[in-house]
Amino acid sequence: MLLLEIDIAFLIEKLILASVILLGSLGVAMYATWGERKVAAVMQDRVGPNRAGPLGLLQPLADGGKLFFKEEIIPDSSTKFLFILGPGLAMLTACMTSAVIPWGPDYITESGHAVSLQVADINIGILFIFGVVSLGVYGVMLGGWASNNKFSLLSSIRAAAQSVSYELAMGISLVALLMMTGSLSMREIVGQQHGFWADGYFTWNFFKQPLGFLIFLVCSFAELNRAPFDMAECESELNMGYHQEYSSMKLGFYLFAEYINMFITSAVIATLYFGGYNFPFMDAVAEAVNPLLYTIICVLVLLTKVICIILFFMFVRWTLPRFRYDQLMRLGWRSLIPLALINMLITGAVILWALN
Amino acid sequence: MEKLTNRSVSVDRSPMTLGEKAYLPAILKGLTITVGHIFKKKATVKYPEQKRPFSPVFRGLHILNRDEEGRERCTACGLCALACPAEAITMEAAERKPGEEHLYREEKYAAKYEINMLRCIFCGYCEEACPKDAVYLSETLMPTHYKRETMVYKKDDLLIPHPKKHESDK
Repeated sequence: MLLLEIDIAFLIEKLILASVILLGSLGVAMYATWGERKVAAVMQDRVGPNRAGPLGLLQPLADGGKLFFKEEIIPDSSTKFLFILGPGLAMLTACMTSAVIPWGPDYITESGHAVSLQVADINIGILFIFGVVSLGVYGVMLGGWASNNKFSLLSSIRAAAQSVSYELAMGISLVALLMMTGSLSMREIVGQQHGFWADGYFTWNFFKQPLGFLIFLVCSFAELNRAPFDMAECESELNMGYHQEYSSMKLGFYLFAEYINMFITSAVIATLYFGGYNFPFMDAVAEAVNPLLYTIICVLVLLTKVICIILFFMFVRWTLPRFRYDQLMRLGWRSLIPLALINMLITGAVILWALN
Repeated sequence: MEKLTNRSVSVDRSPMTLGEKAYLPAILKGLTITVGHIFKKKATVKYPEQKRPFSPVFRGLHILNRDEEGRERCTACGLCALACPAEAITMEAAERKPGEEHLYREEKYAAKYEINMLRCIFCGYCEEACPKDAVYLSETLMPTHYKRETMVYKKDDLLIPHPKKHESDK
């Protein structure tokens, strides 16, 4: 009966952690919408939202409230079940990815009990993320198809084709990284990037895999359906995109899921390439301050990295014009995949050479 | 072919070089431009808190003027109504009775003076036509109304406050 011996304290600990992470990512996503509007405003020499609360900080709440109170329209000709399932699925998959990201090092209490700041340390963390992110396309596809609208359908086909094409290059660029780390567990990958400098070279994977990082970054733009690859929402060709028939909070779910995805993707990039919660001189800091403070500093470091990457996403969105669909496909299939393969070959060669 | 103007520029249609095809240098260049905008001055005027001065020739809502003693200047000559291209001004004249000298400056005054703000085009011809300096276009923006009737401004809406009465109120 060993399996039934459930550790209640462990369950509660994980439950609290999961809810904090979920609420945290919702909060970050909420303020990402505010941030996006502020960044857009700044890039265009405007002020941006500044009416709701100081600096417009209550704007996301107002937007959310507005979306909740809007009339909910389900088109007659839609497939109702799938129509409702679409945004739910998009939101669910967006929230699920956060489970395997290590948000900080283990916090060891005075009694010697280690509290892990990762909801689930599964040994195939990256595969899990890939799987869930691929499922996320279903939200878009179902929504577009169930709307029974040509534009929505076209948009969802585009989104699906784009995601599938770019996932390939993304996967191959990651294979190169995995050849180096030798593990699929996020926790171990972060552990290997401990500190900043070791054995005469940087520990962060960004410095070991610059080309891989670049491919991963470009692909994550495409995965997120964000500008310059926001084919699924290109207003000039498709009116609005796959969520054209959606109203009220179902539309809100789609838009919100995108921002949660952006947050999680940034966290994944930070974890895989920028050392996660690691920072220079962390060992010295760990000795100087008490464990709780050290854990908090680590989490804040990770969040800072994440926010920087989110800002980068936003800067790019307001800098580049949208790619044309054929250009997008050509870039994905004819540039990024060969590049990723070459990167993989080089990595393999270097590893072999280093072994001998 | 001979050039028709000296402004024509031939478009460079040579195939992109490898550096251009890589996009990244161009993207970085673009990013420096957009990021540079963080430090630029905002063009926005935060309107209700921060108002820009009107130009000296700005023509806003009409006022009916009084003289120094608070008497109405308008003598209901009708020149403003005549000058009005939109036919927005209506008036009815009346004769000043003995004992009303403190109210009206001239012997004739406007018993009724109405400007239909829905018709008015704010050209300022009434102001130019007035021989008694009675009607002026102020620096007040035209407010919005819910009803058509309230858009017709009566004398009460147009007359400026009495200078003496205003002082006695204080």
